[in-house]
Amino acid sequence: MTLKNKVAIVGADETDRIGIVPDMTPLMMHAEAARNALRDAGIDKSEVDAVFTCGIGGMASVQLCEYLGIIPMYTDNTMTGGSSFVIHVEHAAAAINAGLCNVALITHGETGLSGRNRRGPRGGGFFDATLPSAQFEMPFGVGGPPSTYSMAAMRHMHEYGTTSEQLAEIAVATRKWAQLNPRAMMRDPLSIEDVLSSRWIAYPFHIYDCCLVTDAGGAVVVVGADRAREMAKKPVWVLGSGEASTHQSLLGMPDLTQTPARYSGKAAFEMAGVTHAAIDVVEVYDSFTYTALVTIEELGFCAKGEGGPFLSNQRSAPGGDFPMNTNGGGLSYTHPGMYGMFILIEAVRQLWGECGDRQVPDAKLACVNATGGLLSATGTLILGVD
Amino acid sequence: MAEYQKPVPYPSPETQPFWDACKRHELSLPYCTNCSAFFFYPRQFCPTCFNWNIEWRTCSGKGALYTFAIQYRPQMPGFTPPYVTAIVQLDEGPRLMTNLVGVEPAPENIRCGMPVEVVWEDATDEITLPFFKPSQSSQ
Ligand SMILES: [Zn+2]
Repeated sequence: MTLKNKVAIVGADETDRIGIVPDMTPLMMHAEAARNALRDAGIDKSEVDAVFTCGIGGMASVQLCEYLGIIPMYTDNTMTGGSSFVIHVEHAAAAINAGLCNVALITHGETGLSGRNRRGPRGGGFFDATLPSAQFEMPFGVGGPPSTYSMAAMRHMHEYGTTSEQLAEIAVATRKWAQLNPRAMMRDPLSIEDVLSSRWIAYPFHIYDCCLVTDAGGAVVVVGADRAREMAKKPVWVLGSGEASTHQSLLGMPDLTQTPARYSGKAAFEMAGVTHAAIDVVEVYDSFTYTALVTIEELGFCAKGEGGPFLSNQRSAPGGDFPMNTNGGGLSYTHPGMYGMFILIEAVRQLWGECGDRQVPDAKLACVNATGGLLSATGTLILGVD
Repeated sequence: MAEYQKPVPYPSPETQPFWDACKRHELSLPYCTNCSAFFFYPRQFCPTCFNWNIEWRTCSGKGALYTFAIQYRPQMPGFTPPYVTAIVQLDEGPRLMTNLVGVEPAPENIRCGMPVEVVWEDATDEITLPFFKPSQSSQ
C-alpha cells in the first residue's frame, strides 16, 4: 500500500498578514487562510468535503466547519503540536485514496504573539495536574519549550561534541534566507559572533537559537490525481509520507539525542523511493537551531551526531549545497506556535517556482519534516513535481 | 513559613507511594519483578513488559547528571532565574527530572556525567521534592 502519486497539493497560502496581527482571532486566520488557499487552487468552497485542523478548542474541525459553512463528509482533528498539519496531509491523502472524500482543506491559525495580551483563559485545554509532566517536571521549573529543548541540546553536545558555533551557523544561514523573503519578520544582518554574544535564554541556547513568537495562519488544499491534473498549477505530488511519536514529556523520551523523525523519515523516503542526494530543498522545523540540526541527522541526511559539521560553513544558506528552511524558518520568518503549516507551504512554493529571490533553481523534489511537542511527534513528506 | 510559590505535584493513585516516600526523605521507585529493573515515572504496570505485579524499592539516591540547562527566564511561577534544571540518571537506572542545587548556576561549574546525590526540599506539609547536589567525591 502506498500513497505515491495518488494525491497532490494544489493550493497553498497564508493569511494576508503574518507576524504581528493584533486585530485577528485564530478562527479569523483559519478562514482567511482557507479562502486564500482555495483561491490559489481555483476551487470553490462548496467543493470542499473534508476538513483537517486542530488547535481550535476541543472539537476543532466541528467548530471550523460551522464557522466556514462547510458540511464535511470526512474530518480529522489530529493534534500532534507543530507537526499536525504535515501529518494531516498524510491523513487527507489516505482518505482521498480510500474514496471517502474528494477535496480536502487543511487549515491553521494562531495568535501566538497577540493572544498573550488578550483577556480570557490561556494555555489551551491540555493541563491536567495528575499528568506525569505536571507531577515530575513542572515542580522543577520545567515547562515551555526553551526549558526542555535546551536539555536535549546539552545532551547532544555532550555525546557528540556539537558546539554553540555549529548551532549559530544554522541561525545565521536561516537569517540569510529571511533577508531574501520580504514577508520575513527578522531581516537584519546576523553574524555568528552576534549569536554567540547574545543573551542566554536557557543555556546552551542564546536568544538567536530560539524561534520567534508571531501571529499567522496558513492552509493547503489536497485533491486526488485525476482532479489534480485539471488544475492550472502543476500538481505537487505526495510521493512519500510518514508519521511517528516516541514520547510526550522529556522523562518519557527514550534517548534525548534522538527524535521520531528517524521513523517518519524512513517511512517517507521508502514510500517515495528516492535517495537523500536527489532532494533539492529541505524544509524542517526550527523551533530552535538544535531542532533543525537533530532533524537533519534523524532524517538520514548525515550520520548520527554529524549534524554540527554537516551544517557548518553556511552550507544551508543561500548558495550553499544544502538549501534548508528557505523562507527564513521559525527562527527568522514566522512561528505562531505550531509552525508546521509554513514548512509545508514553503516546500510547495519552491516546487512551483514561486519563491522569487530565494527560489532554489529547478527545485523538483522537497523533503518536509515537522516536529511537535517536545521533540515528540514528527511527520515527514516527500513532495515532488513532474 | 512563607507560602510555597512554585508548582507542586498533585499525587495520583499510582504515584502516591513515590511522594509518600519523598516525605520520609527516601527515594522509592517502582520495580518490575519480571524485568528485574526499576522504571520511572510510576505506573501500575511495567511499561516494558506490561507486567502488573510491581514492587516499590528504596534507591540509593546517587546517580550522574544525564543532562542539564540553566534557565535564565522563569518557565514556571515562583522560580528566580538563573536556576538549573537537570535530568539525573540514578545508579539504579531510571532518570528523574530535578533541580541541581548546591552549585553556582554557571556553565563552568556543571557538566554532564558529574556524580550527584539526592537532597530533600520540604516544599509544603504534603510535598517533599527530590533535588540533587554534586556529590562530595566530585568536589
Ligand atoms: Zn517488566
